[in-house]
Amino acid sequence: MLSASLKRLWHKLGSPRWFFALTESWVKVAGWSALVLLVWGTIWGLGFAPADYQQGNSFRIMYVHVPAAMLAQSLYIGMGVAGFIGLVWRMKLTDVAISACLPLGMVITALALFSGSVWGRPTWGSWWEWDGRTVSTLVLFFLYVGIYALREAIADQELRARASALIAMVGTINIPIIKYSVEWWNTLHQPASFGLTQKPAMPSEMWLPLLVMVLGFYAFAGFIVLVRMRTEILNRELGARWVRDWVQVRSER
Amino acid sequence: MLTLEELVCERDGRELFAPVSIDVRAGDYVELTGANGAGKSTLLRTLAGLHSRYSGAFDSVDCLFQGHRLGLDGLLTPLENFAWFLGFEGRDADRERFLDALQRTGVLNKAYQPCSEMSAGQQRRVAMARWLLSSRSLWLLDEPLTALDASAQQVMAKIIVEHCQAGGAVVCATHSELPVAQKRLLKLEATQRTPDGSVHSGYRDFAKVQDE
Amino acid sequence: MSSLLRREWQVALRAKGAIINPVAFLLLSTTLFVIAAPDTVSSDAAAGILWTLVLLTQLLALDAMYRRDFDSGVLEQTLVSAQVPFVAVLTRIFMQWLSTGFIMVAVGPALGILLGLPAEATPAIALAMLLGTPALSLLGSIGASVTVGFSRGGVILALLVMPLFLPTLIFGAGLVAAAEAGSSVMPQVYALSLISLVALAIAPFATLAGLKISLEMQ
Repeated sequence: MLSASLKRLWHKLGSPRWFFALTESWVKVAGWSALVLLVWGTIWGLGFAPADYQQGNSFRIMYVHVPAAMLAQSLYIGMGVAGFIGLVWRMKLTDVAISACLPLGMVITALALFSGSVWGRPTWGSWWEWDGRTVSTLVLFFLYVGIYALREAIADQELRARASALIAMVGTINIPIIKYSVEWWNTLHQPASFGLTQKPAMPSEMWLPLLVMVLGFYAFAGFIVLVRMRTEILNRELGARWVRDWVQVRSER
Repeated sequence: MLTLEELVCERDGRELFAPVSIDVRAGDYVELTGANGAGKSTLLRTLAGLHSRYSGAFDSVDCLFQGHRLGLDGLLTPLENFAWFLGFEGRDADRERFLDALQRTGVLNKAYQPCSEMSAGQQRRVAMARWLLSSRSLWLLDEPLTALDASAQQVMAKIIVEHCQAGGAVVCATHSELPVAQKRLLKLEATQRTPDGSVHSGYRDFAKVQDE
Repeated sequence: MSSLLRREWQVALRAKGAIINPVAFLLLSTTLFVIAAPDTVSSDAAAGILWTLVLLTQLLALDAMYRRDFDSGVLEQTLVSAQVPFVAVLTRIFMQWLSTGFIMVAVGPALGILLGLPAEATPAIALAMLLGTPALSLLGSIGASVTVGFSRGGVILALLVMPLFLPTLIFGAGLVAAAEAGSSVMPQVYALSLISLVALAIAPFATLAGLKISLEMQ
């Protein structure tokens, strides 16, 4: 009895139609909160937060760089978790999630690398420094590229889903190992370099805007992923009756 | 021995053929027919466990499967190939039996030659000898007649008939008929669209699940 | 199990290229490296170069890991008939390691000498190869399993597995460098062992899943 209702819930969770109806309102919430948080955080961080005593104003790139770097990793881990669920429970919705996270994750990782490079110029005096975090993020970018290339190579939708879920899962398991080893490598080769964000006791006027920006980035990612997922669902379900009904209702409105 | 209930194989979100139900019993020779692309190979691969996308159900005993790729290691001789293949069934190599089987299919003189040095037809004969050695009662054969000459086809028909008489069963996908007297035909027909013209989407719709 | 091993052994004896070619490639690329950048000989970079070349060699060998069995249909027979396909996969990975990684244990020290590493470091090179190369075969096997269905899977295979090879590269080269400097190699020994063990835990399952996907592609 319990297992039957659980099973029904599971089917429900995996049903694109149900997901589509459920997230109708979520999109707006995520979109508006992203807008508010990002505008608020940007104005606060760029206009009102105090300048850094060592780096001057250039530290403000942090307000883009740190959220981007965090989000880049979260999106990959999200793909790994989605892949795990998809492989174990054969839930097709998870591939929609992976296909939505992948391009966004690649762009955000590139943004993290780029903003880090721009930040590195005034701080380290060079556009590129083989710092531990930089290398980790670069490897993360390669992990994204690998899945992207794999997806491009497989025509069959479901096999593509299974292959990318598998690789995302394996990549996610390896992320901590990669991070740890790169950190170890970094301490070995550059013991003198100081971390950009590991400042002793950053004053709250500096990190509160950062928190707002981080939240804003995550809300933005939620918005983009939801919109992409919904578009992908419509695309895959093109022939289904509920999609036609939905389109009809929308056009009559 | 093999039961199919409303089985439909799917590929790329598309149903390949209309639902198939059949009960294959010991002694049956089933000829699986259908146009190119009807899904014969996919059906056999599904039954062998190599294709996972289907709806409906099937129940099967352990089978011997022969696909388009024969599964002979080209670097090894027929005898060596038999040895690893039968290892899966937990059986030891028995040179006398191996040679007898090769004699039966007419390639005894190739017993000590790597399979990659044989012609396509000779490789097929070696693969056929493997059927004789296997202890599996259900054989799933995909286009086994390809590249075989008339005499080899006769031998194949005889081997299949003997296997069925001994209580085995054979499902064979083929375009050309095999000279076997007693056979059951299983024809794969194209999928029928639903009356309102909606296309199968590859998703299991929640509404449908609830109705079940 | 024994029949699987016997087949792998027979094949290895008949396809000696699978063993000789990677070694030849490794020697050749080392030679090219030294000629292009003579300063790297006897320098701090030697251990890193050695490991990078081992990585590339392994990558070349990986593309062939399942290809022959896939094309001949041996792979699908294995998945249909083997009582425990898991064991069959593990056997293949082990044999692939024997024909590449294990050879590196012997060849690596010689290459170290060519690259000007001190003779005292040669046991460390062998140890690093012994502990590190299993991870390369295991993780590489996952990539090889999902790309074996492509007619040209080599580049995608590289993109998939190279990032996963990074920790092995770091600690492998680190072990050799530490031995060269005369400091303790135990941290690297532990790290390499751990990486290989984690790879051992996930690779056979993931490879099996990957092979099933590839077999369904046709």
